[in-house]
Amino acid sequence: MAATFCGGRNMGEILLPLLVLCPLAASLIAFACAGRVGAGGIGAIACAGVGISAVLGVVVSAILLRGPATGALQVMLWPWMRVAGFSADIAFMLDRISMLMILVVTIVGLLIHVYAAGYMRDDPGIARFFGCMTLFVAAMLVLVLSPDLLCLFGGGGGVGLCSYLLIGFWYDDPANTAAARKAFYMTRMGDVALLCAMLLLAGATGSLRIGTVLAAVANGQVSPTGVNMAAFFILVGALAKSAQIPFQAWLPDAMAGPTPTSALIHAATMVTAGVYLIARLHGLFAMAVPVMALMAVLGALTLLMGACVALAQSDLKRILAWSTISQLGYMFLALGCGAWQAALFHLMTHAFFKALLFLSAGAVIMRARHEQDIFRLGGLRHAMPGLTAAFVTGASALAGLPLVTAGFYSKEMILSGVWRAHFDLTHGWGAGGHPLWGIGLLGAFLTALYIFRCIFIVFCGKADTVATGRTSRLMSIPLGCLCVLSVCGGMIEMPAPLPRPHLFSAFIDPASLLPHVDEPFWPVLAGAAAPLAGVWAAWVVWGRSASVMRDMPGRPMRLLAWLAQHAIPGRAIMGTGRMTQATSTLIFRARTGFLDMLGVWAGRSAGWAGRLLERLHDGRMRRYAAWIAGGLCAGLALAVLS
Amino acid sequence: MNPLPVLVLLPVTGGGLAWLAARIRPHSARPSARDASWWTVLATLIGETLVLAMVTFHHTDHAGPWLEHFAAPWIPVMGIAFRLDIDGLSLSMIWLSLVLCFLCAFLAPRQDTTGAGTFHFLFLATLTGIIGTFLATDLFLFFFFWELMLVPMFVLIATWGHEDRQRAAMKFFMFTQGSGLVMLLSILGLVMTHYRATGVLTFDYFTLSRTPLSPALSMLLMLGFFIAFAVKLPVVPVHVWLPDAHTQAPTAASVLLAGIMLKTGGYGMIRFDVMLFPDAASRFAPVAMALGVVGILYGAWMSCMQDDVKRLIAYGSISHMGFVLSGIFGGSAMGMQGAIVQMLAHGLGTGALFLIAGAIQDRMHTRDMRRIGGLWAVMPRLSGTGLFFAVASLGMPGLGNFVGEFLVLLAIWHASPIIATLAATGLILAAIYALRMVNRIFLAAPRADLRPVRDFPARQMAVFACVMAFMIVLGLYPQPFMTFSTPAPLSVTAMPRPEGSAP
Repeated sequence: MAATFCGGRNMGEILLPLLVLCPLAASLIAFACAGRVGAGGIGAIACAGVGISAVLGVVVSAILLRGPATGALQVMLWPWMRVAGFSADIAFMLDRISMLMILVVTIVGLLIHVYAAGYMRDDPGIARFFGCMTLFVAAMLVLVLSPDLLCLFGGGGGVGLCSYLLIGFWYDDPANTAAARKAFYMTRMGDVALLCAMLLLAGATGSLRIGTVLAAVANGQVSPTGVNMAAFFILVGALAKSAQIPFQAWLPDAMAGPTPTSALIHAATMVTAGVYLIARLHGLFAMAVPVMALMAVLGALTLLMGACVALAQSDLKRILAWSTISQLGYMFLALGCGAWQAALFHLMTHAFFKALLFLSAGAVIMRARHEQDIFRLGGLRHAMPGLTAAFVTGASALAGLPLVTAGFYSKEMILSGVWRAHFDLTHGWGAGGHPLWGIGLLGAFLTALYIFRCIFIVFCGKADTVATGRTSRLMSIPLGCLCVLSVCGGMIEMPAPLPRPHLFSAFIDPASLLPHVDEPFWPVLAGAAAPLAGVWAAWVVWGRSASVMRDMPGRPMRLLAWLAQHAIPGRAIMGTGRMTQATSTLIFRARTGFLDMLGVWAGRSAGWAGRLLERLHDGRMRRYAAWIAGGLCAGLALAVLS
Repeated sequence: MNPLPVLVLLPVTGGGLAWLAARIRPHSARPSARDASWWTVLATLIGETLVLAMVTFHHTDHAGPWLEHFAAPWIPVMGIAFRLDIDGLSLSMIWLSLVLCFLCAFLAPRQDTTGAGTFHFLFLATLTGIIGTFLATDLFLFFFFWELMLVPMFVLIATWGHEDRQRAAMKFFMFTQGSGLVMLLSILGLVMTHYRATGVLTFDYFTLSRTPLSPALSMLLMLGFFIAFAVKLPVVPVHVWLPDAHTQAPTAASVLLAGIMLKTGGYGMIRFDVMLFPDAASRFAPVAMALGVVGILYGAWMSCMQDDVKRLIAYGSISHMGFVLSGIFGGSAMGMQGAIVQMLAHGLGTGALFLIAGAIQDRMHTRDMRRIGGLWAVMPRLSGTGLFFAVASLGMPGLGNFVGEFLVLLAIWHASPIIATLAATGLILAAIYALRMVNRIFLAAPRADLRPVRDFPARQMAVFACVMAFMIVLGLYPQPFMTFSTPAPLSVTAMPRPEGSAP
């Protein structure tokens, strides 16, 4: 048995680089074939690349699961940098956390690719599109598989670049490219913060291998201030990647890209990178309690803000974008409370239902002649019953309707984690998690409210939108798969006070499987009731009397939405742009002024010198002879006297 | 036969032949870029490559970091010798020069077919000066080559440059020439001090390195060298010549300037500042690092505001060279290696960007980004290449620049976390200028009045693909280059060993 496991291990070590290589190769082929292969061919290549990767992901997961729970597959490819005092390798590592991530990334990514092959069929830039999409998946796989913070940073850079290219995919409109740049700049700010954290840790430990760093932190090799600083910088990096307060403004603008891109960015890949990073380094964060508290508070604020702003939006895709921000706020709340297992669980279910929501919204928009304003859509349930079912399934999972949807279980796990949390900020003075739990519950109510507002306005009521065409098979199959996942994906983990199964906890972190017998049962019931109340409220306000209550919610929410969209970093970038302009003009003027002055001065002094020299050779022989004699005397005197 | 003098003299000889070839067979019926003179240049470069490959792969019998030596008396009365030595650092810099020269020969279109022979002669004469600078270990010879590289470049800019070429060439000449004189004073000061102390008049690098110096004097002499190299690198207060010269120079000269000539400054700082005057350099390090960070931020800041493509790239170079300066004076081997990797990556990346800018100018007859507009629709290959190198220059992990920048930042972090943080914010500015360029030239709405233009042919794409592959290798597997290009220490192994002492 041990021998076969070893054999499996070796095979896993071969398959792990292939897992990354397949989408990468598909990307290179797609770029190289631009203009030579038809749309169908490009789509097939891209789907094949991600599909093979998904199959390999399942195989290596099976190999990993046969080993012990704490085991990991390690592959060292080649040394990256070896200098005195620092070393880094290009390597891959698969443990249970990254296994969860590669499964989510490749499987959801594959479904999105299949959908995109149908959705983007008629776009002339399809080769560039699929080249970027597969590259995106490859970069994300590098990110989740790296055992080294430097490799992880590299994957993050690749993800950022691909998101820039995809958001600005339709580059004819300057607004799109501006949104793409905004996304890149904001995530780049986070990258620089992360880089500072890496420099700090590398300076203290001489390596950026996650295992080494965590061990060094646990041994006290890094000073407490250093740990807090590093955790803070990493938190900033994660906040920027995951579009949390104060970096939230880029994500809604990122809707400028094609819809499958939004699904990929929001569901499977980019924004989850921040959550993954913190979950991966939870050992470091456990030593930095103030940063954890800050993270929890920011997460709670973001989840409230995202939900409120989503309530005030009228653009279908923007509602979904703000809901992503809000759901990521839940994950950060969980991470801040130390319940990183719950954050990862919610990440997984969120990937399922958010991909479903985006893809079905994309199909709806496509068939409704690219109308995205929910108030101009209406009564679509008659024209497209299948898409309605898919959207409602995703929405129920997002709202977390009890027992029948995946979102309920993961949200319940987060809420119970928050309920248990306790922040020991200073000696003897701490804070419990109950207020945060209250915010989470309010968020659950608001989530159900805004998403069912959207459903009642778009799908119910009288039919005043003309729908055209049909949803092709390529697009409907992925929707079906995602529906199944959004319904059943959460049932592997029952809420903590309930009996088994607790498969997810057992899988991701067996050590956390402690019985929580002393917990009251009513928080679970409250968590189940909040979404139902939200649905009921949405029905009362928008379902029954759509025409009257359209303008709800009114002005305060709009103000919040405006504030949220013009966040500080966005302002800062605009300000930087204006300031660069001003200062560079100033510097330019000063410099040219100075140089002109210098030039004039140099010319004048040259004139004087010239006139002086002119005097020297004025053609009088007598004076020349005097100069020669004088010079000789001086030279002789020097030679004799010295 | 010793390969080192061949390395130095071959380009200028080839240049002379190219000039003669153009004289003997002046413009044939159809003026094309590929005439006899061009073929001579190509043959010269190939010959040079062969000699260099011989030096690289020929293992000399005496082990040591110095690979080859050559010495011949030049002016024995004054202790001046024609002394050349090569170590890993010089070798990698010469390889970079040759690769870029090949790029120029294949890709850089001449703005003007008149005077092709002269153009080629001057081009190769500059190359001789550059290679000589990288090899010379006699201070007088070093100064000679340092000035030699200047004059042909001045003529290249002043004759074949763009609209404002005279002023730019004059500025370039004044700055470099003036700073070169300061270096000459420093060299003479060092030689005289050595003469007073030991009674031996020599310009030999290795002998002079053992001169006993008082702290104040060594600081003064170090500063003399530093000013000359700082102008060449360039360091911020004395960078004024660079944007003009880079913008106005013809494409090939821009590539030479940005790709290699700036590196002579970095090379000089490593070889003649840090290694000749280690104490003074370490005392000067905080100032130098601060200047480097100022350069990083200022260059990127100015680059964000440019409308002229070549000017944007030129200011970006200043920003990248700030990393080199900080790394060299970072006080550790890590920073030094980071600076060297950064120099290699910057040479390739910026060289390629200048070639692309030149290609755009040939096709669109403007460098103004406001008038170029989206090129992706008409020239996907050129635009894709441009996107790649723009992304490389913003420090994307996995490409060469990132390795250099990371190592330099890590080295600075040990000295001062605040300076390192400031330098890291330069990366945000780098993203801003690189992506602004991308979104104004390549990925932008195509202009209505866009005439049909020719994309890069497959042959040129193959050349670019090689450079891209090299950038990726440098980014993902820089270890061989880092090991290979470590500067040789100032040890006695530099001296040719006495016969028979070899084991």
